[in-house]
Amino acid sequence: MSEAKATRTVTVANPDGLHIRAASLIAKLTGQAPAKVELIKGSQRVDATNVLQIISLCALEGEQLLLEATGRDADAVLEMLARLFENKFDEDEVGTGEPATQHKPPPGETCRSEAASDGDLSPGA
Amino acid sequence: MKFADFVVSEAIRAELAAQNKEGVIREMVQALKDAGQIEEDEFESIVKAILKREELGSTGIGRGVAVPHTKHPSVGRLVGNVAISGGGVDFDSLDGEKVHLFFLLISPPDRPGDHLRALENISRQLRDDTFCRFLKQSKTVDDIQQLLDEADNDQFGS
Repeated sequence: MSEAKATRTVTVANPDGLHIRAASLIAKLTGQAPAKVELIKGSQRVDATNVLQIISLCALEGEQLLLEATGRDADAVLEMLARLFENKFDEDEVGTGEPATQHKPPPGETCRSEAASDGDLSPGA
Repeated sequence: MKFADFVVSEAIRAELAAQNKEGVIREMVQALKDAGQIEEDEFESIVKAILKREELGSTGIGRGVAVPHTKHPSVGRLVGNVAISGGGVDFDSLDGEKVHLFFLLISPPDRPGDHLRALENISRQLRDDTFCRFLKQSKTVDDIQQLLDEADNDQFGS
């Protein structure tokens, strides 16, 4: 019997992209969920419980990610994740801890994109 | 973005003396000041900004790594340094473990992508266990610099 699978597309709404704080919130949420969750950007697929892997996606403002969950309560965890993205990881409330800025990313600003490997980034390794 | 694009070689520290979070941040920012990358009168402002960012959530991201950082208008480009603590420092990390390897980043407010690209490079290189282990075990600045250069030349399996 195949496990329940859910997918969802989200857009990075944070001006600073998917940085450490956002990645930490994602990892904390998915780490507590029974389902296995992955984030996909292009050809890169990463474990959503791993902060270093999430950061390696280099997801900038405006970019879309595919969320994929497999297992129990797959839909529920993606619903909560989607809300995190929609709320910009509460940056509007808590701020970013940094001087207020008024900027837009320069046109064509991108990150180096690498095909994801299955490199293990489990904590404690 | 490669390490060579943002790590200030003269500010690399192979053995931090500090034994707590604020001490590490001060020591690393001092190293950047000594290397001429930040002004004396901006020092406290930068340290305060980095500590304020830590209040939102630790940048100790697990695996014995931390990436304290801030945006600050006093820098015209992303500057950073690398430091090692052999004994490890309690950094309130996500996995509860002490931190041995620090990357400190100060970026200009109007280029958020630079910060994220530096994080991408750091995280991508740390996916290689060999690189990560060797870096934490480095005893000299030359050792650290050599490893960063090798990583920039894709000599690790990242």
